[in-house]
Amino acid sequence: MKIRSKSVTIIFSLLLMACGGKEEKKQEGFSVDRTKTTTEKPVEATPAVSATPPSERVALNNKGVGPIKSITLDAEIDQAMAKEGEEIYGRMCLACHKVDKKFIGPAPIGVLERRSPEWVMNMILNPEVMVKQDPLAKELLGEFNGAPMANQGLTEEQARAVLEYFRTL
Amino acid sequence: MKKYSHFSTTLLVLTLIFSSCGNQGKGNSASSGALSSNNAEKVYVAPGEHDDFYAFMSGGYSGNLTVYGLPSGRMFKEIPVFSQFATSGYGYSEETKPMLNTSFGFVPWDDSHHPDISQTNGELDGRWIFINGNNTPRIARISLTTFETEEIIEVPNSAGNHSSSFITENTEYVVAGTRFSVPVPQQDMPIKEYKGNFKGALSFISVDPEHGHMSLEFQILMPGFNYDLSHPGRGKSHGWFFFTTYNTEEANSLLEVNASQNDKDFIAAINWKKIEEYVNAGGGTKMPANYAHNVYDEGTHTATSTMKKEVLTVDPTKIPGAVYFLPTPKSPHGCDVDPTGQYIIGNGKLSADLTVHSFDKMLAAIEGKKFDGEAYGIPILKFEDVLAGQVKSGGLGPLHTEFDGQGNAFTTFFISSEVVKWKLGTWEVIDRKPTYYSVGHLMIPGGNSRKPFGKYVVAMNKITKDRYLPTGPEMEHSAQLYDISGDKMELIYDFPTHGEPHYAAGCPAELLAPKSKKIYRLDENKHPFGITTPTDAKVVREGNEVHVYMSTIRSHFTPDNIEGIKVGDKVYFHITNHEQDFDVPHGFAIIGQNTSELLIMPGQTKTSVWEPKQVGVWPFYCTDFCSALHQEMQGYVRVSPANSKIEISWSLGE
Repeated sequence: MKIRSKSVTIIFSLLLMACGGKEEKKQEGFSVDRTKTTTEKPVEATPAVSATPPSERVALNNKGVGPIKSITLDAEIDQAMAKEGEEIYGRMCLACHKVDKKFIGPAPIGVLERRSPEWVMNMILNPEVMVKQDPLAKELLGEFNGAPMANQGLTEEQARAVLEYFRTL
Repeated sequence: MKKYSHFSTTLLVLTLIFSSCGNQGKGNSASSGALSSNNAEKVYVAPGEHDDFYAFMSGGYSGNLTVYGLPSGRMFKEIPVFSQFATSGYGYSEETKPMLNTSFGFVPWDDSHHPDISQTNGELDGRWIFINGNNTPRIARISLTTFETEEIIEVPNSAGNHSSSFITENTEYVVAGTRFSVPVPQQDMPIKEYKGNFKGALSFISVDPEHGHMSLEFQILMPGFNYDLSHPGRGKSHGWFFFTTYNTEEANSLLEVNASQNDKDFIAAINWKKIEEYVNAGGGTKMPANYAHNVYDEGTHTATSTMKKEVLTVDPTKIPGAVYFLPTPKSPHGCDVDPTGQYIIGNGKLSADLTVHSFDKMLAAIEGKKFDGEAYGIPILKFEDVLAGQVKSGGLGPLHTEFDGQGNAFTTFFISSEVVKWKLGTWEVIDRKPTYYSVGHLMIPGGNSRKPFGKYVVAMNKITKDRYLPTGPEMEHSAQLYDISGDKMELIYDFPTHGEPHYAAGCPAELLAPKSKKIYRLDENKHPFGITTPTDAKVVREGNEVHVYMSTIRSHFTPDNIEGIKVGDKVYFHITNHEQDFDVPHGFAIIGQNTSELLIMPGQTKTSVWEPKQVGVWPFYCTDFCSALHQEMQGYVRVSPANSKIEISWSLGE
């Protein structure tokens, strides 16, 4: 019993350390000590998921679940629409999605190389259903700590503008 | 061992008793069993389904207004009105403190009595609900879109604001009458000189048809009686207002005895249209006054309080034909007008009979100048000339009457604990049902309008005793729900109510449910300290004041680490909730907060002041379980000594 609870604690502290990257230096001696004893377990745990994390997987044929069935993008980026999208993004999305790095959720930079425009818009417009019915969205929820994508009540037009903004990134 | 066998014997005997009782019940009550299951169906609202009616019950000494569903009796919300409310931070947040400002300073409580829903053409229109604060006279207006208090106006020259807040049939005015007469203007004088010197102010507060904003237009200074309850005329009597009076003896002590001497008191009939004309023509006297007018702005999420310095008073004896007294036995309490506007019912609370006056007969008596004398220059009509009929009910202590729109009236009897159904015009008693116990007001949705929805009546009782599981000496009050769709009333449900509900107002669910607001739009947020994007989050020092511009979304604060705060600072946390989804509030609490937490609705900004007194690193957190990562929604404030040189800084995720 005692041993088990100890190892649980160790795994837990490992997890915590993985998050708090900065603090590592200060507590080096303490953390190194613990890391060695249990290296195996967490390594074993991770491969159960796919080798590529869902956020990096390319799934351009997946249109997701929601109101957007098909979207055609013009070759030219509509700069006015993109500008409006940037403004909406700042108000509605930025709290969780930093433009160029992972934050609460993934960064939008380069998202259209991995996701279809329909999937992106459905994720914005229909997040509650997406995380339940779209297998990729469901996996993403796991990768991002179970933090749910908030439905910010955007109109289709607003979501389309945000998509146009993503094309400029 | 011995104990054991005792126990099992007792058990055996008990089981026998119980099972035999049960069998008996099953054997002989097939009909009553079916009946009661029928009643259960009538009040059963299946999981996920909605009630047919909203009921708004005053909170009495809670100072608030509670929202229930009928027929289920489920409570949906407590709306803070006159009392500080830690649940939402109402009266504690910087934005809402001004709502409770008065000429007596900040008054964090009141006694709320009579809610009334706004009307158009005498029918409920569901725009606003008004309610009175008794103790420090105030009238509040509550939005029926946001279900939040939007405005509170103090009533000067008034005391014990009880014959309030009743509205005219196009919501031209919300009317507030004083219970206690007082010196007007207030002055230092012997109490014994009450008689002939004190005045009773009846206030007419206009309601702006677009925004609902209230303005005290005029006060009628009446003789020094107690003005107990009131209702507007409707239909043919629209333009009149009726107030019951007691203590026409003008006693200033031991009213229990001294105010019960006269055989009859009065219902004061006020022709407010006539007074309105007089005032519009420049009549009346402006008097210095001091009263607060507090308005909450939905765009800035902020209330402002303005002190008003003048009130227009009217001496009713200067306007011929404006006011008459209708003699009514015996300290009448309830003052109710039927849906046609023909009958004015005054329930003498010390009388066994109900007195019904006829509006037509009143006009004829005025026309014929059939007066029975006057009181302080106000003509008294002859009782027999205005009387339409009397209901000989056999009950004791009649209080209040509501109507079903089918020609029937329902009156509560406090002393004999019952609701009596009787017929308008014939005055015959049709049915009576007991209440549990000592009923005050009753409410039929729309029952004080031209169009009642006569399906249910709710009786609100003053005494609970054994109705529910006991909870020590203090208990919630009980309410009973009767089905009144048939000839006979049927008691179908019994439920506890919060505070001490006096009166209530109800309306069909479809009048309000479709327009109930779900979120505040972030792009409409005009709060001066609100931020619409987390990139605007910042911490600004202005001398000893520090303003934190903070935002929330599931599940973090931006920023969540703040340094450079010093002991002695006054820290304002201005928090904007960036959620735009229905029912995703976030809360804010910080250790040592001397006010209350905040509960911030999507798109809303609220402010909490925190004055750190100790050096240290102090946490704050979200009080609303907002997501699976709610427990992670927290932050720290570093508080340094007063003479510290640490600069303000803030961060998130760094």
